[in-house]
Amino acid sequence: MTDILRNRIVLVYTLFLLAASLSVFSLEDNSSKGLLSLLNIILIVVPLVSIIFSTIYVYNSAEFIELLVSQPLKRKTIWLSLFTGLSASLLVAFFIGAGIPVLIYQATMIGFTMIAVGSLLSIIFVAIAMLATVKTRDKAKGIGAAIMLWLYFSLLFDGLVLFLLFQFADYPMEKPMIAISALNPIDLSRILILLQLDVSAMMGYTGAVFKDFFGTYTGIGFSFATLILWIALPVWYSTRKFNTKDL
Amino acid sequence: MIIASNVSKQFGKLKALDDVSTTCNKGECIALIGPNGSGKTTFIKSILGMVVPDSGFITFKDKNILHHWKYREQIGYMPQIGRYPDNMTIGQVLDMMKDIRSENPALDEDLIKAFSLNNLLNKRMRTLSGGTRQKVSAALAFLFNPAVLILDEPTAGLDPVASEQLKEKIIAEKEKGKLVLITSHVLSELDELVTRIIYMQDGKLLFHKSIEALRQDTGEDKLSKAIAKVMTK
Repeated sequence: MTDILRNRIVLVYTLFLLAASLSVFSLEDNSSKGLLSLLNIILIVVPLVSIIFSTIYVYNSAEFIELLVSQPLKRKTIWLSLFTGLSASLLVAFFIGAGIPVLIYQATMIGFTMIAVGSLLSIIFVAIAMLATVKTRDKAKGIGAAIMLWLYFSLLFDGLVLFLLFQFADYPMEKPMIAISALNPIDLSRILILLQLDVSAMMGYTGAVFKDFFGTYTGIGFSFATLILWIALPVWYSTRKFNTKDL
Repeated sequence: MIIASNVSKQFGKLKALDDVSTTCNKGECIALIGPNGSGKTTFIKSILGMVVPDSGFITFKDKNILHHWKYREQIGYMPQIGRYPDNMTIGQVLDMMKDIRSENPALDEDLIKAFSLNNLLNKRMRTLSGGTRQKVSAALAFLFNPAVLILDEPTAGLDPVASEQLKEKIIAEKEKGKLVLITSHVLSELDELVTRIIYMQDGKLLFHKSIEALRQDTGEDKLSKAIAKVMTK
């Protein structure tokens, strides 16, 4: 899988993350403010690059996957090693690009959470991308689906949640909100880090409820478990689909 | 060696394979012939387990291939279009394949030598021409001494010297008692290679005959003329 690491896009991605995080940290005098700015970059860019890159990569290696399938290999092995290769290389890119600067400037609990969340997000979106590619044969459609999924998770979902909140403004929505946030890995990651940053006061009453829940160890455990579930389910389902797919 | 019984496969409305039954034995060199889109590649892919038939089954050495993968150790496959990861070198691709099929130590590097791929080992796949990629695919198919060779349009894109070398290699392997399945549209070059013909049209297998029988039936000596006669009939 050295192939993926050598890929120019991954290199550019690493350099971009590195430049972004270094400049953010040197621009802000307060490194926790810098972390907040970096958070927003990471929450947008990491999923976008992971999902688009993985989708395009899988489509481009379609013929090679065909050749591998004709070899004495289990399909499951092929698919899972593709997944591991993609997520490993994106993890390395993320770690060099964002992880090392964070460790230099902000080696605290918050920094570690951010690295963990960013890594998990990379893997989650690789998994989702592979699900999208296994579902659609057509390259253009598949990449379109990947972009739509990213748009949904990073923008549309928030809009929907806001809409729901307004519609049900008269009811106590705080508890269901926790469940709803679990439906979007990006939101979940954002809440996790914001609460660590102690800016949850800005989120009003809902923030307090979040704090009560996500601030506790069970809450953190729950959110990490959910994030891992976000990896496991797409991978499991796409492997099953790939097993019976006609190539 | 390979027996297909009533294999059918449908892609949407298109019937890619329609009740195909045939038997392929070792020592034969079989040409799969038919117009474009007649289901040749689909048939090959179902033998390789890349396409799962809707109905019917295929056995390899008396074992149903459905959900099995071990049998592919005995098959060398050369795809129609060989594409490899762009950033890997030829050497890395060869090493990776050797790694995958490590259980077979006796390597057959004749084609690597014939195509002098050894001088290109450090070239990236991205920089290769289509013909060189075909050479890599061909070398990979023969590399592990498989009992069955499946070649999908093997000479497309190869220069005359290379395709001549490949043909010699195919004849040599046939003499060793291996089963060779070839699809090709260049009928003139199949003349000296094949012993049997499978003719497909619209997903149906129209006939499976030895080349002598076909020559007798049509009264033509050249394979291309014989097939033309069949097609216009």
